[in-house]
Amino acid sequence: MIKFIKRPQPSKFWTLATPLLAVILTMILGGLLFAAMGKDPFEAIRTIFWDPLFNPQFAGYSRPQLLVKAGPLILIAIGLSLGFKAGIWNIGAEGQYIMGALTGAAVGLALYPLEAWWIFPLMIIAGAIGGFVWAMIPAILKTRFNTNEILVSLMLVYVAEQILASAALGALRNPEGNGFPGSRNLSQIEWMSNPELISGTGAHWGVIAALGAVVATYVLLNKHMLGFQIRLTGESPRAARFAGVKDKLLVMFCLGAAGALAGLAGLFEVTGPAGQISIDFGSGYGFTAIIVAFLGRLHPVGILLAGLLLALTFIGGELAQFMLGLPSSAIQVFQGMLLMTLLAMDIVVNYRLTLVKKEVA
Amino acid sequence: MDFGSINPVILLASLMVASTPILLAALGEMVTEKSGVLNLGVEGMMIFGAVCGFIAAVESQSPAIGFLVAAIGGAALSMLFGVLTQIFLTTQVPAGLALTLFGTGLASLLGQNYQGISPPRMPEMHIPLLKDIPFLGPILFEHDAIVYLSILAVFAVWAFLKFTRAGLVLRAVGENHAAAHALGYKVKLVRFAAIGFGGAMAGLGGAYISLVRVPQWTDGITAGIGWIALAIVVFASWKAGRILIGAYLFGGITVLQLNLQAAGAKVPVELLSMSPFLATILVLVVISARRHGASNAPAMLGRIFHTS
Repeated sequence: MIKFIKRPQPSKFWTLATPLLAVILTMILGGLLFAAMGKDPFEAIRTIFWDPLFNPQFAGYSRPQLLVKAGPLILIAIGLSLGFKAGIWNIGAEGQYIMGALTGAAVGLALYPLEAWWIFPLMIIAGAIGGFVWAMIPAILKTRFNTNEILVSLMLVYVAEQILASAALGALRNPEGNGFPGSRNLSQIEWMSNPELISGTGAHWGVIAALGAVVATYVLLNKHMLGFQIRLTGESPRAARFAGVKDKLLVMFCLGAAGALAGLAGLFEVTGPAGQISIDFGSGYGFTAIIVAFLGRLHPVGILLAGLLLALTFIGGELAQFMLGLPSSAIQVFQGMLLMTLLAMDIVVNYRLTLVKKEVA
Repeated sequence: MDFGSINPVILLASLMVASTPILLAALGEMVTEKSGVLNLGVEGMMIFGAVCGFIAAVESQSPAIGFLVAAIGGAALSMLFGVLTQIFLTTQVPAGLALTLFGTGLASLLGQNYQGISPPRMPEMHIPLLKDIPFLGPILFEHDAIVYLSILAVFAVWAFLKFTRAGLVLRAVGENHAAAHALGYKVKLVRFAAIGFGGAMAGLGGAYISLVRVPQWTDGITAGIGWIALAIVVFASWKAGRILIGAYLFGGITVLQLNLQAAGAKVPVELLSMSPFLATILVLVVISARRHGASNAPAMLGRIFHTS
């Protein structure tokens, strides 16, 4: 009989090994799924994970897309990881992402057709504030009324989607758009666009911001008191309170930082790859980022790698849809499976498995 | 706008229809939570049940088989969560989120060839004599079997938790799993059963949306109702009777806002559409601000049980 014995400390080896194992196991399970759908599993897996990067026919287009998709995923996941570490569950990043894009775009469009270098920086600030404010709603409700932040942050996603629809059809609609819904194309307005900085890489300002967030979070968690307090609160909330951690402030910080980063991701998306505010602007990055955060083990460098991998599944998924007729929802299933297998494997991180002879009770 | 076009009898009758999916899912989740398990995968189990039920009903041309398959599907999906949290000892919050992400994807994968099809009609069961009561009759007694079943389920769950030994064991497991274990109760088995019940009820609720309320299959058909059901469990302080009140309250808001949209109220459509979610937040705040609100939560809610 197998017995689980709790480890005093999570195993360092398995913490690093399990995400890799989870990816491999998910590829096998995903292959079975694709086979069940009547697709060649090896071809499907190759199309998703190999062709976007190395197939000479597609890599030219796909490789830059990797950074385009990974940028927002990493930005959002980094913010989420702070809260998750401290046991604060912000699952409404999608809403914060939308609100960041909306406020940023609104500030820019309000200044149209002004031409000045400071417009884009101002929009960046507005985007961060938009996401921040949206995340402050669950934060304040949690700290003041002890309201569950999971449900509130999630409900606010649906509210944000309605505001987005309203803005795309009303307040932010392009007055010269012949009545079509959607705002002016920000990526085509010189002082508001978020262009590809180095041609052929896909790197735009959002990617730079994501890298900055990775570094800043690494420093915060390892060299700063606040980072220590976040980790302490997650591991032992009681000990943290004795150590003088102001838990309310910590909730505000974790949710606020996550909101600001998600807002930034939204702003960089709307001024760059998406180009405009439209009804279907919400792309699900906010939810996929949850998977990124866990797969990256809530560690900044891990999140960087996990963000790239999940971005690859998006791009590879599109390619597989185009080449093999694999429905896009198959990729969503694949991503869900990845999180599940990873969570299941956590057991070897936290517990030692030993074989014992069955005892008489 | 024309308020006269809103018929109160039809409004209240459709309130019951709109509330039924929330009621079923919230009731199931309450039982799960009573055993000390927080399953955030309600939305995923609902939409999976919705698609399973839809496919089964279309293929068999029988709504009854549809609902049966939906319940089985929801329960089967919930078993994934059960295995993760009870055997692999995963933290329950991310496991529930994973279930929702996975279930949503799987539902849209399974349902891709079923868009734009009409399911077989669910027959209405008019209750003789009672339906002839003026005003109340058409509101309460001219529905389909699932509406009645959902209300019966409220009483059944209430009686089960309050009067039966099994209900007592379930509550004991949720209040103190170490003590329940020491008394010889199978904590994990009880929790598996409670998770499975929650899944089956969520599946039924989902199928009610795709087979009766809409009735069609589209991606994302549950549109957050599973999350509202989770909030209603908190609102109801884990009491079956209050789940009924909470579900009907939210069904009422949903129906009212749809009717206002149809009547062309001078309120932005988007504001009306977001109103159920705003109301949920408001209700959560009011409940949690009261000092005793959260204290009724099962003491072991979300805790991992492990014997070494």
